Amino acid sequence: MAQKLSDSRTDFPILDQEVNDERLVYLDNAATAQKPNQVVDALVHFYQHDNANVHRGVHTLAERATEAYENARHKVQHFIHAQKPTEIVFTKGATDGLNLVASTYGEANVQAGDEIVISIMEHHSNLIPWQQLAIKKHATLKYIELTADGELDMVDAVAKITDKTKIVAVAHASNVMGTVTPVKQLAKLAHEHGAIFVGDGAQSVPHMPVDVTDLDVDFYAFSGHKMMGPTGIGVLYGKEDLLQAMPPYQYGGEMIGFVHRDDSTWAELPWKFEAGTQNIAGAIGLGAAVDYLTNIGMDQVQAHEQKLVDYLLPKMESMPGVTVYGPQDPAKHTGVIAFNLDNLHPHDVATALDMEGVAVRAGHHCAQPLMDYLGLVATARASLYLYNTQADADKLLTALQETKEFFNHGTVKAE
Amino acid sequence: MGLSKLNSLYREVILDHADHPHHKHTLAESTNTITLKNPTCGDVINLEIKLTPDDKIADIGFTGDGCTISQSSASMMTDAVMGKSKEEALKMAKTFSDMAIGKEHAQADLDELQDAAILSNIMQFPARIKCATLSWWALQRALLEETDETSEEES
Repeated sequence: MAQKLSDSRTDFPILDQEVNDERLVYLDNAATAQKPNQVVDALVHFYQHDNANVHRGVHTLAERATEAYENARHKVQHFIHAQKPTEIVFTKGATDGLNLVASTYGEANVQAGDEIVISIMEHHSNLIPWQQLAIKKHATLKYIELTADGELDMVDAVAKITDKTKIVAVAHASNVMGTVTPVKQLAKLAHEHGAIFVGDGAQSVPHMPVDVTDLDVDFYAFSGHKMMGPTGIGVLYGKEDLLQAMPPYQYGGEMIGFVHRDDSTWAELPWKFEAGTQNIAGAIGLGAAVDYLTNIGMDQVQAHEQKLVDYLLPKMESMPGVTVYGPQDPAKHTGVIAFNLDNLHPHDVATALDMEGVAVRAGHHCAQPLMDYLGLVATARASLYLYNTQADADKLLTALQETKEFFNHGTVKAE
Repeated sequence: MGLSKLNSLYREVILDHADHPHHKHTLAESTNTITLKNPTCGDVINLEIKLTPDDKIADIGFTGDGCTISQSSASMMTDAVMGKSKEEALKMAKTFSDMAIGKEHAQADLDELQDAAILSNIMQFPARIKCATLSWWALQRALLEETDETSEEES
């Protein structure tokens, strides 16, 4: 049964609390999302009723655990419109998935003189694996730059992606700029030059409909915890023929076919890439998060966040002394809003907002090359999710105003 | 509660130091220098010290970027240690580090810190302790001639 988004708030008891004697307004969703009761209940149910190791056991609990684990894989498959469950590899998170691709596909296919193309706004997790691979292989790492508006510069992308390019890796949605990149176009461009395309979906899958088949991406990695699943579980989507040809990522239990004294064979996909006992409860919790999002509908989630951005962004932009980064047009901006207050370090801003109950992130957001590119040391960042309301946006605006006044006047009167 | 609790963190003297930091400049000549970064937030401090032959701090200056707390802490630190011996300065750095994590100290030790003692409230804001201690760490490591760039307190 479809769930109404407006009713969702009660599914998140964590939001119903005061911090520093103020109503909590949680706006750090790009870092991690809160978990609805349905996800927590799924974890508890698994540990209280079905817990066993998967795949190997013959007994009933092992069968139940295996079924629940593989069922979660099917849920994820349908959620991102992959063609086969074998194309869904469970990982620790987006970082783990991207490292998997770099150290297996990348290791096998990138040679000296080849090029790897990423963008300047990548999170470190979609940057360092490629940077280190390029160093190791004597390949060249190239960066696609941004337009003045903070969007990916597609003219530059066309120039940077060449016949020497082996891998193009770009985030589908930026964790700082609040922009969405034209992944379908980038994948096509990569393919025209014989390269593969790797998408970082950490900031997109939780917030918008994603269809990996339509996008025609070769690999696509994302994290469970940013889409209300547990921490420590993530997904790597990979096209079957590519996954098939790749060497394993790690060796050990669960990933083998036969092991002999001098050689071994590997398990079928996707288990070839799932060495050791996996995060079984995490996968089941992620399945519950997928159910939750599916019940609401990703179109609804996206529309709700867009409505909040339409309301909040222009008000922040018109506030004197506030700089908002990325596109100024709300229609081009996701619910990730990086900003600074004039003459104030974002850490001071984040501490002040916390005193008002408003949780935001401050720092370089694991994107130091982007900070250098923007000429910044750090920013504050407010990021929205489906349970945020217009009242939350208003609280942020009021708190920003009071923060400005506090630092302008040096102090506030004790209440 | 709102922002009133902020008064205990951002006292006027702290805001004054942040707005008009003391000794925020490079030195023409120095004996001990260090660049220390806090990787979590990107704060950077370059600290330069000129020691006399008998190990007294003849001059000290800092440059870099950081928040109100880190900048004012650096400013107050330079005020406090100017003219002190290396031994005295190291003892003050220890006192400050202890104070920041809530350890009790003799009032005489805290008085030595001058304005910097006002940051004793920092322990109420655990996320900001690193901001306050960065410059004192830099002082300690410059005096001990350790040159690694990253703050050891990185989590």
